[in-house]
Amino acid sequence: MTTEARRATLAGRRTWRNRFADDETWLGRLMLAPAVVYIVALVGFPFVLALFYSVSNATVGTTGLRFVGLENFRQALDNPTFLRALRNTFIFALISQALVLVCATALALALQKEFRGKWFVRLLILLPWVAPISLGTIGWLWIFEPIYSVINWTLRSIGLFGPNTWPIWLGQPRLAMASVITVHVWRLLPLATIILLGGLSSIPQDIHDAAAIDGASFWRHHFQITVPLIRPILLVALMFGLIFAVTDMIVIYVLTRGGPYDQTQVLATLAFFTGIDGGDLAGGAAIALFLFPVLAATAVALLRLARRSEVV
Amino acid sequence: MAIVETRDVRKRFGDSIAVDGVDLATKEGEFLVLLGPSGCGKTTLLRMIAGLEKQTSGDILIGGQVVNDLPPRARKIAMVFQSYALYPHMTVAENIAFPLKAQGTPRAQIPEEVDRAANMFGIQRLLKRKPRQLSGGERQRVALARAMVRKPDVFLLDEPLSNLDAKLRTMARDELQHFQRRLGTTTVYVTHDQVEAMGLGDRIAVMNQGKVRQLGPPQQVYFDPADTFVAGFLGSPPMNFFHSDNTTAGFRPEHFLPKEVYQGVNEPKIDLWFSVDRVENLGADRLLYGHLRDTFQDEKVIVNLPSTLHLNIQPGAAYEFTIKEQDVKYFDRTSGKRVEPRPFWKRG
Repeated sequence: MTTEARRATLAGRRTWRNRFADDETWLGRLMLAPAVVYIVALVGFPFVLALFYSVSNATVGTTGLRFVGLENFRQALDNPTFLRALRNTFIFALISQALVLVCATALALALQKEFRGKWFVRLLILLPWVAPISLGTIGWLWIFEPIYSVINWTLRSIGLFGPNTWPIWLGQPRLAMASVITVHVWRLLPLATIILLGGLSSIPQDIHDAAAIDGASFWRHHFQITVPLIRPILLVALMFGLIFAVTDMIVIYVLTRGGPYDQTQVLATLAFFTGIDGGDLAGGAAIALFLFPVLAATAVALLRLARRSEVV
Repeated sequence: MAIVETRDVRKRFGDSIAVDGVDLATKEGEFLVLLGPSGCGKTTLLRMIAGLEKQTSGDILIGGQVVNDLPPRARKIAMVFQSYALYPHMTVAENIAFPLKAQGTPRAQIPEEVDRAANMFGIQRLLKRKPRQLSGGERQRVALARAMVRKPDVFLLDEPLSNLDAKLRTMARDELQHFQRRLGTTTVYVTHDQVEAMGLGDRIAVMNQGKVRQLGPPQQVYFDPADTFVAGFLGSPPMNFFHSDNTTAGFRPEHFLPKEVYQGVNEPKIDLWFSVDRVENLGADRLLYGHLRDTFQDEKVIVNLPSTLHLNIQPGAAYEFTIKEQDVKYFDRTSGKRVEPRPFWKRG
């Protein structure tokens, strides 16, 4: 190729590239593409498939499918385990979210203050979020171990547990629910704290100073100034937390597998055991999708509320 | 009403000293202005009086009582912030009612008090609005109403006019002074704007680098500056300075006028030749930029002529200008402090 020709090709290539880089419509589409492909492939497709399965008679072994309407949902509602799991889901989600909100607010308020070793405390609080969930939960499995439970031995050695007190954390129905809620709270706390810290730091210092001058006590200051000002962010944190609590199963799967006697069974674990372990794909899909309309409505409602309570 | 006093108040932030031994005392019902460039410690001093910042050492007294360890709410003060700090999620009425609720005013009495405050500042029609629906001037009035509603002993104002546009600011200044006179509440007002300070203050405390450089009525700090900082900081354009071996002399741009203006004035005067380099017409005033022809040729001189003086002055020409001897101030060159007159002018 002559020098002239090479130069011409280079120029042509450069203009093509420049033109593409300058065209915001196409550049935008290109940049969004990976996210869209990811969501469609890993969320959209399974979701549509689940919708499809839930109104069919799909099992692990069959090749042909038959449309059965809402039969799977009706069967689920007739199943006492399903009803128990539904109730447990609400208990698990609501109690854990209430605890997360209260603890995260307290932690965020504490972390806003300057003190020595603040970075270390921040690190400790973030740790549960950074560590792999299953690993952390296995740690808790040992903590709750019936014979070697660190909690039991510690409480006995400091004299809080008498010789006849020895709770089996994951084996007694109420304690099992309390335990899985505790671990779930431990695990969601970092995210909620960070979200709330962001919200708190967006309140101008002047507002706090004005409240101090106006004579607001700690509680008045907190509930009449701080909380209303971070309400939008609080609601977003709540929404994430609720959806997470309802749809996630790792904590319960690792700790109790829904036991004892389905006392900690929630819809997510039940769907897994029915659909994957039990091979009843259609039944599992119906259970998994059961709360979808409720969750979608909750998300929409919370987001609307958050937007309405935005003040600045 | 109460007197605010600071006794040798100091504040350190790490290695830097924000406030460096300030002794100040307001008078009963006085409007005291803390004036200084940004970073001079005036806002820190105000925040220490408010109790929002704890002083490193020294005492703060309000109404004769040492309040060092009292929280802001126990100091019987009200503060208006530069940003106004209105609670954005509350209506105007709720904003004004907040300090009343916080201090436990009987519920039945609150609407009445809110109305009284709103009436005083002419904001009754805004009571149901949220702060984001208000203009800058309206927000400022709401902030003032919130501050005065619980009848504090002392008002602390931190640059409350700086977020208003120029026209509104003049009006707001006038209103502010009017309210303060009517209420007779001791007021400490922080600003970096000398026009505000001159217009509002009964007395001005000029601050720089954490120290009060001069405390006195506006006319005094303007015409009788205690040092070169005060002389240079007040006045726009600033004072003209000339340096000899150990003395600095200075005069204000509006005191150095064409010779004919001072005809018939029987006071000791100095006549000097002034070469004009440039003329700026500002409407009400004419600014002449130039230098003295025979001495201090390197020092720039700015002269401010009121445009009512119809004299033909052209750039490039030299004119005979005059200044009264008493209008020339002398300062020690090293310390910057004011000294007795040491004339060092030469006239060609």
